[in-house]
Amino acid sequence: MSGMQDSLRELYQEVIFDHNRNPRNYRPLPAANHHADGHNPLCGDQLTVYLQVEDGIVRDSSFVGHGCAISTASASLMTEAVKGKPVAEVEALFRDVHALLTEGREAADPARDFGKLEVLSGVKEFPARVKCATLAWHTLHNALVGEHETAHTE
Amino acid sequence: MNAPCDPGAQTPILDLAADFPILSRPLHGRRLAYLDNGATTQKPAAVIEAEARFYRESNANIHRGVHWLSQHATELYDGARATVQRFLNAARADEIVFTRGTTEAINLVAQSWGRPRLAAGDEILLSTMEHHSNIVPWQLVCEQTGAVLKVIPVRDNGELDMAAFAGLLGERTRLLAITHVSNALGTVNPVAEMTRRAHEMGAVVLVDGAQAVAHQAVDVQAIGCDFYAFSGHKLYGPTGVGALYGRAELLRHMPPWQGGGDMIRTVAFDNTTFAPPPQRFEAGTPNIAGAIALAAAIDYVQGVGLARIHVHEQALLDYGTRALAAIPGVRLVGTAERKAGILSFLVDGIHPHDLGTILDAEGVAIRAGHHCAMPLMTRFGIPGTARASLGLYNGLADLDALVAAIHKAQELFGTRGGTASGNGRVA
Repeated sequence: MSGMQDSLRELYQEVIFDHNRNPRNYRPLPAANHHADGHNPLCGDQLTVYLQVEDGIVRDSSFVGHGCAISTASASLMTEAVKGKPVAEVEALFRDVHALLTEGREAADPARDFGKLEVLSGVKEFPARVKCATLAWHTLHNALVGEHETAHTE
Repeated sequence: MNAPCDPGAQTPILDLAADFPILSRPLHGRRLAYLDNGATTQKPAAVIEAEARFYRESNANIHRGVHWLSQHATELYDGARATVQRFLNAARADEIVFTRGTTEAINLVAQSWGRPRLAAGDEILLSTMEHHSNIVPWQLVCEQTGAVLKVIPVRDNGELDMAAFAGLLGERTRLLAITHVSNALGTVNPVAEMTRRAHEMGAVVLVDGAQAVAHQAVDVQAIGCDFYAFSGHKLYGPTGVGALYGRAELLRHMPPWQGGGDMIRTVAFDNTTFAPPPQRFEAGTPNIAGAIALAAAIDYVQGVGLARIHVHEQALLDYGTRALAAIPGVRLVGTAERKAGILSFLVDGIHPHDLGTILDAEGVAIRAGHHCAMPLMTRFGIPGTARASLGLYNGLADLDALVAAIHKAQELFGTRGGTASGNGRVA
Protein backbone atom coordinates (compact mmCIF):
# COMPACT_ATOMS: atom_id res chain seq x y z
CA MET A 1 0.00 0.00 0.00
CA SER A 2 1.45 3.35 -1.00
CA GLY A 3 1.56 6.48 1.12
CA MET A 4 -1.43 7.83 -0.76
CA GLN A 5 -3.62 4.90 0.26
CA ASP A 6 -2.49 5.36 3.89
CA SER A 7 -3.35 9.06 3.72
CA LEU A 8 -6.72 8.21 2.24
CA ARG A 9 -7.55 5.93 5.15
CA GLU A 10 -6.38 8.55 7.63
CA LEU A 11 -8.80 11.03 6.11
CA TYR A 12 -11.77 8.77 5.44
CA GLN A 13 -12.17 7.34 8.91
CA GLU A 14 -15.36 5.95 10.39
CA VAL A 15 -15.99 9.23 12.25
CA ILE A 16 -16.20 11.04 8.90
CA PHE A 17 -18.55 8.45 7.40
CA ASP A 18 -20.70 8.47 10.53
CA HIS A 19 -21.10 12.25 10.55
CA ASN A 20 -21.68 12.29 6.78
CA ARG A 21 -24.44 9.69 6.99
CA ASN A 22 -26.02 11.11 10.13
CA PRO A 23 -25.00 14.73 10.48
CA ARG A 24 -25.59 16.07 14.01
CA ASN A 25 -27.57 19.25 14.58
CA TYR A 26 -28.73 19.24 10.99
CA ARG A 27 -31.66 21.65 11.20
CA PRO A 28 -32.46 25.35 11.14
CA LEU A 29 -32.41 26.96 14.58
CA PRO A 30 -35.46 29.20 15.18
CA ALA A 31 -33.87 30.67 18.33
CA ALA A 32 -30.64 31.57 16.50
CA ASN A 33 -29.42 35.13 16.91
CA HIS A 34 -26.37 34.62 14.70
CA HIS A 35 -26.20 32.92 11.34
CA ALA A 36 -24.12 33.02 8.18
CA ASP A 37 -23.99 31.36 4.78
CA GLY A 38 -20.97 29.57 3.37
CA HIS A 39 -20.39 28.70 -0.25
CA ASN A 40 -17.61 26.96 -2.09
CA PRO A 41 -18.45 27.66 -5.74
CA LEU A 42 -15.75 25.32 -6.98
CA CYS A 43 -17.40 22.32 -5.29
CA GLY A 44 -20.94 23.61 -5.11
CA ASP A 45 -20.81 23.09 -1.35
CA GLN A 46 -23.27 25.34 0.43
CA LEU A 47 -24.27 25.64 4.05
CA THR A 48 -25.85 27.90 6.65
CA VAL A 49 -24.57 27.90 10.22
CA TYR A 50 -26.91 28.96 13.05
CA LEU A 51 -25.84 29.99 16.54
CA GLN A 52 -27.83 30.87 19.61
CA VAL A 53 -25.56 33.02 21.75
CA GLU A 54 -26.61 34.12 25.26
CA ASP A 55 -24.46 35.89 27.85
CA GLY A 56 -21.40 35.34 25.69
CA ILE A 57 -21.98 31.60 25.51
CA VAL A 58 -22.91 29.53 22.43
CA ARG A 59 -26.00 27.80 23.84
CA ASP A 60 -26.95 25.99 20.65
CA SER A 61 -25.59 25.53 17.17
CA SER A 62 -26.80 23.85 14.00
CA PHE A 63 -26.37 23.81 10.22
CA VAL A 64 -28.15 22.96 6.98
CA GLY A 65 -26.75 22.60 3.47
CA HIS A 66 -25.13 20.13 1.17
CA GLY A 67 -21.61 19.11 0.32
CA CYS A 68 -19.09 16.33 0.21
CA ALA A 69 -18.42 13.94 3.09
CA ILE A 70 -15.53 16.05 4.37
CA SER A 71 -17.45 19.32 4.46
CA THR A 72 -20.58 17.71 5.93
CA ALA A 73 -18.65 15.85 8.63
CA SER A 74 -16.63 18.96 9.44
CA ALA A 75 -19.80 21.03 9.91
CA SER A 76 -21.43 18.31 11.98
CA LEU A 77 -18.41 17.88 14.26
CA MET A 78 -18.12 21.65 14.58
CA THR A 79 -21.69 22.15 15.77
CA GLU A 80 -21.07 19.56 18.49
CA ALA A 81 -17.73 21.07 19.50
CA VAL A 82 -18.86 24.67 19.97
CA LYS A 83 -21.99 24.06 22.03
CA GLY A 84 -21.71 25.40 25.56
CA LYS A 85 -18.43 27.22 24.90
CA PRO A 86 -17.85 30.94 25.50
CA VAL A 87 -17.62 32.93 22.27
CA ALA A 88 -13.96 33.81 22.89
CA GLU A 89 -13.14 30.13 23.25
CA VAL A 90 -15.01 29.29 20.04
CA GLU A 91 -13.00 31.92 18.21
CA ALA A 92 -9.79 30.44 19.61
CA LEU A 93 -10.96 27.00 18.51
CA PHE A 94 -11.66 28.37 15.00
CA ARG A 95 -8.09 29.69 14.79
CA ASP A 96 -6.62 26.42 16.05
CA VAL A 97 -8.71 24.24 13.73
CA HIS A 98 -7.79 26.47 10.81
CA ALA A 99 -4.11 26.12 11.73
CA LEU A 100 -4.48 22.35 12.15
CA LEU A 101 -6.07 21.93 8.71
CA THR A 102 -3.85 24.26 6.76
CA GLU A 103 -0.47 24.15 8.50
CA GLY A 104 -0.54 21.13 10.80
CA ARG A 105 -0.68 20.29 14.48
CA GLU A 106 2.45 22.24 15.36
CA ALA A 107 0.86 25.50 14.20
CA ALA A 108 -1.99 25.18 16.72
CA ASP A 109 -1.91 25.85 20.47
CA PRO A 110 0.10 22.93 21.94
CA ALA A 111 -2.33 22.77 24.85
CA ARG A 112 -5.33 22.38 22.54
CA ASP A 113 -7.17 19.07 22.85
CA PHE A 114 -8.96 18.67 19.52
CA GLY A 115 -10.82 15.57 20.56
CA LYS A 116 -12.90 14.17 17.69
CA LEU A 117 -11.92 17.13 15.49
CA GLU A 118 -8.45 15.61 15.20
CA VAL A 119 -9.82 13.37 12.42
CA LEU A 120 -10.13 16.41 10.14
CA SER A 121 -6.35 16.90 10.16
CA GLY A 122 -6.16 14.15 7.52
CA VAL A 123 -7.06 16.71 4.82
CA LYS A 124 -3.59 18.25 5.08
CA GLU A 125 -2.36 15.57 2.68
CA PHE A 126 -5.05 16.56 0.16
CA PRO A 127 -4.50 20.24 -0.67
CA ALA A 128 -7.48 20.27 -3.03
CA ARG A 129 -9.76 19.20 -0.18
CA VAL A 130 -8.65 21.53 2.63
CA LYS A 131 -11.29 24.07 1.64
CA CYS A 132 -13.99 21.41 2.07
CA ALA A 133 -13.04 21.00 5.72
CA THR A 134 -12.59 24.72 6.46
CA LEU A 135 -15.83 26.01 4.88
CA ALA A 136 -18.02 25.40 7.94
CA TRP A 137 -15.45 27.01 10.22
CA HIS A 138 -15.13 30.17 8.13
CA THR A 139 -18.91 30.36 8.11
CA LEU A 140 -18.98 29.94 11.90
CA HIS A 141 -16.48 32.77 12.26
CA ASN A 142 -18.59 35.01 10.01
CA ALA A 143 -21.70 34.18 12.03
CA LEU A 144 -19.94 35.17 15.26
CA VAL A 145 -18.48 38.44 14.01
CA GLY A 146 -21.78 39.35 12.34
CA GLU A 147 -20.23 39.32 8.87
CA HIS A 148 -23.10 39.24 6.39
CA GLU A 149 -21.00 38.41 3.37
CA THR A 150 -21.20 34.75 2.39
CA ALA A 151 -18.07 32.90 3.49
CA HIS A 152 -16.10 31.47 0.62
CA THR A 153 -13.37 28.89 0.50
CA GLU A 154 -11.82 28.16 -2.85
CA MET B 1 -10.39 -7.77 -19.73
CA ASN B 2 -13.92 -8.29 -20.97
CA ALA B 3 -14.94 -7.28 -24.45
CA PRO B 4 -18.35 -5.68 -24.74
CA CYS B 5 -20.87 -8.49 -25.05
CA ASP B 6 -22.67 -7.00 -28.03
CA PRO B 7 -21.06 -8.71 -31.03
CA GLY B 8 -21.87 -5.66 -33.13
CA ALA B 9 -19.88 -3.36 -30.85
CA GLN B 10 -16.64 -1.96 -32.19
CA THR B 11 -13.41 -2.69 -30.40
CA PRO B 12 -10.66 -0.19 -29.62
CA ILE B 13 -8.10 -0.12 -32.42
CA LEU B 14 -5.32 2.14 -31.16
CA ASP B 15 -2.46 1.38 -28.79
CA LEU B 16 -0.46 4.59 -28.59
CA ALA B 17 0.25 5.13 -24.90
CA ALA B 18 3.95 4.52 -25.54
CA ASP B 19 4.08 7.76 -27.56
CA PHE B 20 3.23 9.74 -24.40
CA PRO B 21 6.09 9.80 -21.87
CA ILE B 22 3.97 10.85 -18.87
CA LEU B 23 1.73 7.80 -19.20
CA SER B 24 4.58 5.51 -18.17
CA ARG B 25 5.01 7.23 -14.80
CA PRO B 26 3.27 5.44 -11.95
CA LEU B 27 0.90 7.46 -9.75
CA HIS B 28 0.75 6.67 -6.02
CA GLY B 29 2.37 3.32 -6.84
CA ARG B 30 -0.33 2.50 -9.37
CA ARG B 31 -0.47 2.49 -13.16
CA LEU B 32 -1.79 5.90 -14.20
CA ALA B 33 -5.23 5.77 -15.82
CA TYR B 34 -5.50 9.29 -17.19
CA LEU B 35 -9.16 10.00 -17.85
CA ASP B 36 -9.17 13.79 -17.63
CA ASN B 37 -8.65 14.56 -21.30
CA GLY B 38 -11.55 16.99 -21.33
CA ALA B 39 -9.52 19.22 -18.99
CA THR B 40 -6.26 18.78 -20.87
CA THR B 41 -4.56 16.06 -22.87
CA GLN B 42 -1.09 14.61 -22.39
CA LYS B 43 1.57 15.37 -24.97
CA PRO B 44 3.30 12.92 -27.28
CA ALA B 45 7.10 12.95 -27.43
CA ALA B 46 6.81 14.46 -30.93
CA VAL B 47 5.16 17.59 -29.51
CA ILE B 48 7.51 17.93 -26.54
CA GLU B 49 10.44 17.53 -28.92
CA ALA B 50 9.06 20.06 -31.43
CA GLU B 51 8.83 22.74 -28.75
CA ALA B 52 12.28 21.91 -27.35
CA ARG B 53 13.81 21.76 -30.84
CA PHE B 54 12.50 25.23 -31.65
CA TYR B 55 14.26 26.68 -28.61
CA ARG B 56 17.40 24.63 -29.26
CA GLU B 57 17.73 25.31 -32.96
CA SER B 58 15.41 27.99 -34.31
CA ASN B 59 14.54 30.54 -31.62
CA ALA B 60 14.22 34.16 -32.73
CA ASN B 61 11.44 36.71 -32.90
CA ILE B 62 9.26 36.70 -35.99
CA HIS B 63 8.26 39.29 -38.60
CA ARG B 64 11.05 41.71 -37.77
CA GLY B 65 14.51 40.38 -38.26
CA VAL B 66 16.62 40.45 -41.36
CA HIS B 67 18.85 37.83 -39.83
CA TRP B 68 18.50 34.21 -40.83
CA LEU B 69 17.15 32.86 -37.54
CA SER B 70 14.33 35.40 -37.52
CA GLN B 71 13.35 34.53 -41.06
CA HIS B 72 13.55 30.84 -40.22
CA ALA B 73 11.33 31.27 -37.11
CA THR B 74 8.87 33.31 -39.20
CA GLU B 75 8.69 30.52 -41.77
CA LEU B 76 8.02 27.94 -39.06
CA TYR B 77 5.33 30.14 -37.49
CA ASP B 78 3.64 30.79 -40.83
CA GLY B 79 3.93 27.08 -41.57
CA ALA B 80 2.10 26.34 -38.32
CA ARG B 81 -0.69 28.65 -39.43
CA ALA B 82 -0.96 26.77 -42.72
CA THR B 83 -1.12 23.50 -40.78
CA VAL B 84 -4.07 24.81 -38.73
CA GLN B 85 -5.72 26.05 -41.92
CA ARG B 86 -5.53 22.58 -43.50
CA PHE B 87 -6.60 20.96 -40.23
CA LEU B 88 -9.86 22.94 -40.16
CA ASN B 89 -10.14 23.03 -43.97
CA ALA B 90 -10.27 26.82 -43.92
CA ALA B 91 -10.19 28.42 -47.36
CA ARG B 92 -7.22 30.67 -46.57
CA ALA B 93 -4.34 30.80 -44.10
CA ASP B 94 -5.13 34.41 -43.16
CA GLU B 95 -8.43 33.18 -41.72
CA ILE B 96 -6.47 31.60 -38.85
CA VAL B 97 -5.61 33.84 -35.87
CA PHE B 98 -3.37 32.38 -33.18
CA THR B 99 -4.66 33.04 -29.66
CA ARG B 100 -3.88 31.86 -26.13
CA GLY B 101 -6.69 29.35 -26.50
CA THR B 102 -10.43 29.01 -26.97
CA THR B 103 -11.23 31.52 -24.24
CA GLU B 104 -9.17 34.27 -25.83
CA ALA B 105 -10.55 33.43 -29.27
CA ILE B 106 -14.13 33.88 -28.03
CA ASN B 107 -13.25 37.09 -26.21
CA LEU B 108 -11.66 38.37 -29.41
CA VAL B 109 -14.90 37.82 -31.33
CA ALA B 110 -16.98 39.30 -28.51
CA GLN B 111 -14.91 42.47 -28.34
CA SER B 112 -13.90 42.93 -31.96
CA TRP B 113 -16.94 41.64 -33.82
CA GLY B 114 -19.63 42.02 -31.15
CA ARG B 115 -18.92 45.22 -29.30
CA PRO B 116 -18.91 47.59 -32.28
CA ARG B 117 -21.93 45.98 -33.95
CA LEU B 118 -24.35 45.02 -31.20
CA ALA B 119 -27.00 47.46 -30.01
CA ALA B 120 -29.62 47.50 -27.27
CA GLY B 121 -32.17 44.76 -27.80
CA ASP B 122 -29.97 42.69 -30.14
CA GLU B 123 -29.96 39.04 -29.17
CA ILE B 124 -27.08 36.62 -28.67
CA LEU B 125 -28.26 33.02 -28.72
CA LEU B 126 -26.34 30.39 -26.81
CA SER B 127 -27.24 27.24 -24.88
CA THR B 128 -27.52 25.98 -21.32
CA MET B 129 -24.65 23.55 -21.95
CA GLU B 130 -22.03 26.21 -22.74
CA HIS B 131 -18.73 26.32 -20.90
CA HIS B 132 -18.31 29.53 -18.91
CA SER B 133 -15.87 30.71 -21.58
CA ASN B 134 -18.74 30.80 -24.08
CA ILE B 135 -21.06 32.60 -21.64
CA VAL B 136 -19.10 35.23 -19.74
CA PRO B 137 -17.52 37.02 -22.76
CA TRP B 138 -21.06 37.51 -24.11
CA GLN B 139 -22.35 38.73 -20.76
CA LEU B 140 -19.56 41.33 -20.78
CA VAL B 141 -20.43 42.49 -24.30
CA CYS B 142 -24.12 42.60 -23.32
CA GLU B 143 -23.26 44.97 -20.48
CA GLN B 144 -21.29 47.12 -22.91
CA THR B 145 -23.91 47.24 -25.66
CA GLY B 146 -27.32 46.52 -24.15
CA ALA B 147 -27.63 43.30 -26.15
CA VAL B 148 -29.36 40.41 -24.39
CA LEU B 149 -28.64 36.68 -24.04
CA LYS B 150 -31.17 34.05 -25.12
CA VAL B 151 -30.58 30.50 -23.97
CA ILE B 152 -31.43 27.28 -25.82
CA PRO B 153 -32.59 24.75 -23.21
CA VAL B 154 -31.19 21.24 -22.83
CA ARG B 155 -33.36 18.11 -22.70
CA ASP B 156 -33.09 15.48 -19.97
CA ASN B 157 -30.81 13.28 -22.09
CA GLY B 158 -28.37 16.16 -22.65
CA GLU B 159 -29.39 17.06 -26.19
CA LEU B 160 -30.32 20.57 -27.21
CA ASP B 161 -34.03 21.27 -27.46
CA MET B 162 -34.07 21.92 -31.21
CA ALA B 163 -37.72 22.98 -31.25
CA ALA B 164 -36.90 25.64 -28.68
CA PHE B 165 -33.88 26.65 -30.77
CA ALA B 166 -36.14 27.24 -33.77
CA GLY B 167 -38.46 29.32 -31.62
CA LEU B 168 -35.64 31.42 -30.15
CA LEU B 169 -34.10 32.29 -33.51
CA GLY B 170 -35.61 35.57 -34.55
CA GLU B 171 -35.24 38.92 -36.27
CA ARG B 172 -33.14 40.24 -33.41
CA THR B 173 -30.76 37.27 -33.29
CA ARG B 174 -27.39 38.67 -34.29
CA LEU B 175 -25.16 35.82 -33.16
CA LEU B 176 -25.40 32.13 -32.37
CA ALA B 177 -22.56 31.03 -30.06
CA ILE B 178 -22.73 27.28 -29.62
CA THR B 179 -20.44 24.51 -28.45
CA HIS B 180 -19.64 21.76 -30.92
CA VAL B 181 -19.26 19.17 -28.14
CA SER B 182 -20.40 19.63 -24.53
CA ASN B 183 -17.44 19.36 -22.15
CA ALA B 184 -19.68 18.19 -19.31
CA LEU B 185 -22.02 15.80 -21.14
CA GLY B 186 -20.24 14.80 -24.34
CA THR B 187 -23.24 15.77 -26.48
CA VAL B 188 -22.27 16.43 -30.13
CA ASN B 189 -24.45 19.27 -31.37
CA PRO B 190 -25.75 19.49 -34.96
CA VAL B 191 -23.69 22.62 -35.62
CA ALA B 192 -23.97 22.51 -39.43
CA GLU B 193 -27.76 22.44 -39.33
CA MET B 194 -27.85 25.10 -36.61
CA THR B 195 -25.51 27.29 -38.64
CA ARG B 196 -27.71 26.97 -41.71
CA ARG B 197 -30.80 27.98 -39.76
CA ALA B 198 -29.04 30.86 -38.02
CA HIS B 199 -27.74 32.13 -41.36
CA GLU B 200 -31.28 32.04 -42.75
CA MET B 201 -32.13 34.58 -40.05
CA GLY B 202 -29.07 36.67 -40.92
CA ALA B 203 -27.17 35.78 -37.73
CA VAL B 204 -23.45 35.17 -37.46
CA VAL B 205 -22.32 31.84 -35.96
CA LEU B 206 -19.44 31.05 -33.60
CA VAL B 207 -18.72 27.42 -32.79
CA ASP B 208 -16.70 26.54 -29.66
CA GLY B 209 -14.66 23.58 -30.83
CA ALA B 210 -12.53 23.08 -27.69
CA GLN B 211 -13.93 19.58 -27.03
CA ALA B 212 -14.38 18.59 -30.67
CA VAL B 213 -11.14 18.96 -32.61
CA ALA B 214 -9.27 16.10 -30.92
CA HIS B 215 -12.06 13.60 -31.44
CA GLN B 216 -13.48 14.04 -34.94
CA ALA B 217 -12.48 15.65 -38.22
CA VAL B 218 -13.65 19.28 -38.37
CA ASP B 219 -14.33 21.09 -41.65
CA VAL B 220 -15.30 24.71 -41.07
CA GLN B 221 -16.47 25.14 -44.66
CA ALA B 222 -18.75 22.11 -44.39
CA ILE B 223 -20.15 23.42 -41.08
CA GLY B 224 -20.46 26.83 -42.70
CA CYS B 225 -19.82 28.72 -39.46
CA ASP B 226 -18.31 32.19 -39.37
CA PHE B 227 -16.01 31.59 -36.41
CA TYR B 228 -14.55 28.42 -34.93
CA ALA B 229 -12.37 28.40 -31.80
CA PHE B 230 -10.16 25.71 -30.28
CA SER B 231 -7.27 25.20 -27.84
CA GLY B 232 -4.00 23.44 -28.51
CA HIS B 233 -3.75 21.76 -25.12
CA LYS B 234 -6.90 19.71 -25.59
CA LEU B 235 -5.45 18.49 -28.90
CA TYR B 236 -2.25 16.94 -27.49
CA GLY B 237 -0.49 20.29 -28.00
CA PRO B 238 0.92 22.79 -25.49
CA THR B 239 -1.00 25.08 -23.17
CA GLY B 240 -1.14 28.78 -23.95
CA VAL B 241 -1.86 28.47 -27.66
CA GLY B 242 -5.02 27.99 -29.68
CA ALA B 243 -6.63 29.39 -32.75
CA LEU B 244 -9.61 31.28 -34.04
CA TYR B 245 -10.91 30.60 -37.52
CA GLY B 246 -12.79 33.61 -38.88
CA ARG B 247 -14.22 34.03 -42.34
CA ALA B 248 -12.00 36.49 -44.22
CA GLU B 249 -14.98 38.69 -45.08
CA LEU B 250 -15.74 39.21 -41.38
CA LEU B 251 -12.17 39.48 -40.08
CA ARG B 252 -11.42 42.17 -42.69
CA HIS B 253 -14.01 44.51 -41.16
CA MET B 254 -13.18 43.85 -37.53
CA PRO B 255 -11.12 46.41 -35.59
CA PRO B 256 -8.15 45.39 -33.45
CA TRP B 257 -9.01 44.45 -29.88
CA GLN B 258 -5.51 44.65 -28.45
CA GLY B 259 -2.87 47.15 -29.51
CA GLY B 260 0.85 46.66 -29.71
CA GLY B 261 3.68 45.56 -31.89
CA ASP B 262 3.17 43.23 -34.81
CA MET B 263 -0.44 44.32 -35.37
CA ILE B 264 0.26 47.69 -36.98
CA ARG B 265 1.20 48.89 -40.44
CA THR B 266 2.49 52.32 -39.43
CA VAL B 267 2.44 54.15 -36.12
CA ALA B 268 2.40 57.91 -35.75
CA PHE B 269 0.99 59.98 -32.92
CA ASP B 270 -1.63 61.49 -35.22
CA ASN B 271 -2.46 58.37 -37.22
CA THR B 272 -1.76 54.68 -36.70
CA THR B 273 -2.82 52.18 -39.32
CA PHE B 274 -3.34 48.52 -38.71
CA ALA B 275 -2.07 45.40 -40.36
CA PRO B 276 -4.54 43.18 -42.20
CA PRO B 277 -5.79 39.97 -40.57
CA PRO B 278 -4.49 37.80 -39.04
CA GLN B 279 -1.64 40.06 -37.78
CA ARG B 280 -4.18 42.72 -36.79
CA PHE B 281 -5.35 40.36 -34.04
CA GLU B 282 -1.96 39.14 -32.87
CA ALA B 283 -0.52 42.09 -30.93
CA GLY B 284 2.86 41.50 -29.34
CA THR B 285 5.22 38.59 -29.69
CA PRO B 286 3.02 35.53 -29.96
CA ASN B 287 3.57 32.08 -28.48
CA ILE B 288 5.87 31.13 -31.35
CA ALA B 289 7.14 27.86 -29.92
CA GLY B 290 3.61 26.97 -28.83
CA ALA B 291 2.20 27.50 -32.33
CA ILE B 292 4.95 25.34 -33.81
CA ALA B 293 4.35 22.61 -31.24
CA LEU B 294 0.60 22.87 -31.91
CA ALA B 295 1.35 22.17 -35.57
CA ALA B 296 3.37 19.14 -34.46
CA ALA B 297 0.35 17.96 -32.45
CA ILE B 298 -1.87 18.35 -35.50
CA ASP B 299 0.66 16.40 -37.57
CA TYR B 300 0.62 13.68 -34.91
CA VAL B 301 -3.18 13.49 -34.75
CA GLN B 302 -3.48 13.49 -38.53
CA GLY B 303 -0.78 10.84 -38.76
CA VAL B 304 -2.92 8.60 -36.56
CA GLY B 305 -6.01 9.70 -38.46
CA LEU B 306 -9.05 11.40 -36.96
CA ALA B 307 -11.36 8.78 -38.45
CA ARG B 308 -9.47 6.04 -36.60
CA ILE B 309 -9.34 8.10 -33.40
CA HIS B 310 -13.09 8.53 -33.65
CA VAL B 311 -13.70 4.79 -34.08
CA HIS B 312 -11.35 3.99 -31.18
CA GLU B 313 -12.92 6.49 -28.79
CA GLN B 314 -16.46 5.52 -29.72
CA ALA B 315 -15.61 1.90 -28.92
CA LEU B 316 -14.23 2.99 -25.53
CA LEU B 317 -17.26 5.20 -24.91
CA ASP B 318 -19.54 2.27 -25.66
CA TYR B 319 -17.58 -0.03 -23.34
CA GLY B 320 -17.42 2.57 -20.58
CA THR B 321 -21.11 3.42 -20.85
CA ARG B 322 -22.06 -0.24 -20.41
CA ALA B 323 -19.55 -0.79 -17.61
CA LEU B 324 -20.74 2.23 -15.61
CA ALA B 325 -24.41 1.47 -16.23
CA ALA B 326 -23.81 -2.03 -14.84
CA ILE B 327 -22.65 -0.68 -11.45
CA PRO B 328 -25.58 -0.43 -9.02
CA GLY B 329 -25.90 3.12 -7.75
CA VAL B 330 -24.19 4.76 -10.74
CA ARG B 331 -26.18 7.15 -12.90
CA LEU B 332 -24.91 8.60 -16.18
CA VAL B 333 -25.60 12.28 -16.82
CA GLY B 334 -25.75 12.98 -20.56
CA THR B 335 -27.02 10.17 -22.73
CA ALA B 336 -27.39 11.93 -26.06
CA GLU B 337 -27.57 9.85 -29.20
CA ARG B 338 -24.43 11.45 -30.61
CA LYS B 339 -21.70 11.73 -28.01
CA ALA B 340 -17.96 12.26 -27.87
CA GLY B 341 -15.87 10.28 -25.35
CA ILE B 342 -17.16 11.88 -22.16
CA LEU B 343 -18.71 9.91 -19.30
CA SER B 344 -20.30 12.19 -16.70
CA PHE B 345 -21.79 10.30 -13.79
CA LEU B 346 -23.00 10.32 -10.21
CA VAL B 347 -22.57 7.60 -7.61
CA ASP B 348 -25.35 7.32 -5.00
CA GLY B 349 -24.24 8.46 -1.56
CA ILE B 350 -20.78 9.61 -2.69
CA HIS B 351 -20.15 13.25 -3.53
CA PRO B 352 -18.15 13.73 -6.75
CA HIS B 353 -15.27 15.36 -4.84
CA ASP B 354 -14.96 12.44 -2.42
CA LEU B 355 -15.06 10.11 -5.41
CA GLY B 356 -12.35 12.10 -7.21
CA THR B 357 -10.05 11.88 -4.17
CA ILE B 358 -10.58 8.14 -3.74
CA LEU B 359 -10.14 7.39 -7.45
CA ASP B 360 -6.94 9.43 -7.49
CA ALA B 361 -5.47 7.25 -4.75
CA GLU B 362 -6.13 4.32 -7.10
CA GLY B 363 -4.22 6.02 -9.92
CA VAL B 364 -7.38 7.02 -11.79
CA ALA B 365 -7.40 10.72 -12.74
CA ILE B 366 -10.86 12.13 -13.41
CA ARG B 367 -12.45 15.54 -13.02
CA ALA B 368 -15.03 16.17 -10.32
CA GLY B 369 -17.13 19.28 -10.09
CA HIS B 370 -19.18 21.61 -12.24
CA HIS B 371 -16.82 21.49 -15.24
CA CYS B 372 -17.08 25.27 -15.71
CA ALA B 373 -20.69 24.71 -16.73
CA MET B 374 -22.60 25.90 -13.65
CA PRO B 375 -25.84 26.74 -15.51
CA LEU B 376 -25.91 23.19 -16.86
CA MET B 377 -25.42 21.70 -13.37
CA THR B 378 -28.22 23.95 -12.09
CA ARG B 379 -30.43 22.72 -14.93
CA PHE B 380 -29.87 19.13 -13.80
CA GLY B 381 -30.24 20.10 -10.13
CA ILE B 382 -26.83 18.73 -9.15
CA PRO B 383 -23.74 20.39 -7.63
CA GLY B 384 -21.47 18.63 -10.11
CA THR B 385 -20.56 15.29 -11.57
CA ALA B 386 -17.60 12.97 -11.79
CA ARG B 387 -16.32 12.98 -15.35
CA ALA B 388 -14.13 10.50 -17.18
CA SER B 389 -13.08 11.92 -20.54
CA LEU B 390 -11.29 9.84 -23.14
CA GLY B 391 -8.25 10.41 -25.31
CA LEU B 392 -6.66 8.50 -28.15
CA TYR B 393 -4.17 6.73 -25.82
CA ASN B 394 -6.82 5.32 -23.49
CA GLY B 395 -7.66 1.65 -23.58
CA LEU B 396 -10.04 -0.80 -21.97
CA ALA B 397 -7.60 -1.17 -19.05
CA ASP B 398 -8.18 2.49 -18.11
CA LEU B 399 -11.93 1.96 -17.99
CA ASP B 400 -11.51 -1.28 -16.04
CA ALA B 401 -9.37 0.66 -13.55
CA LEU B 402 -12.12 3.29 -13.31
CA VAL B 403 -14.77 0.67 -12.60
CA ALA B 404 -12.59 -1.10 -10.02
CA ALA B 405 -11.89 2.22 -8.28
CA ILE B 406 -15.60 3.10 -8.16
CA HIS B 407 -16.26 -0.29 -6.52
CA LYS B 408 -13.52 0.52 -4.03
CA ALA B 409 -15.10 3.88 -3.22
CA GLN B 410 -18.48 2.23 -2.73
CA GLU B 411 -16.88 -0.28 -0.36
CA LEU B 412 -15.21 2.50 1.60
CA PHE B 413 -18.46 4.46 1.84
CA GLY B 414 -20.47 1.34 2.59
CA THR B 415 -22.68 1.90 -0.44
CA ARG B 416 -21.65 -1.17 -2.43
CA GLY B 417 -24.60 -2.72 -4.16
CA GLY B 418 -26.31 0.60 -4.63
CA THR B 419 -27.83 0.90 -1.17
CA ALA B 420 -27.40 4.61 -0.77
CA SER B 421 -26.52 5.16 2.85
CA GLY B 422 -25.54 8.75 2.27
CA ASN B 423 -27.52 11.42 3.97
CA GLY B 424 -29.59 11.93 0.85
CA ARG B 425 -28.83 15.61 0.69
CA VAL B 426 -26.62 15.27 -2.35
CA ALA B 427 -28.37 14.37 -5.57
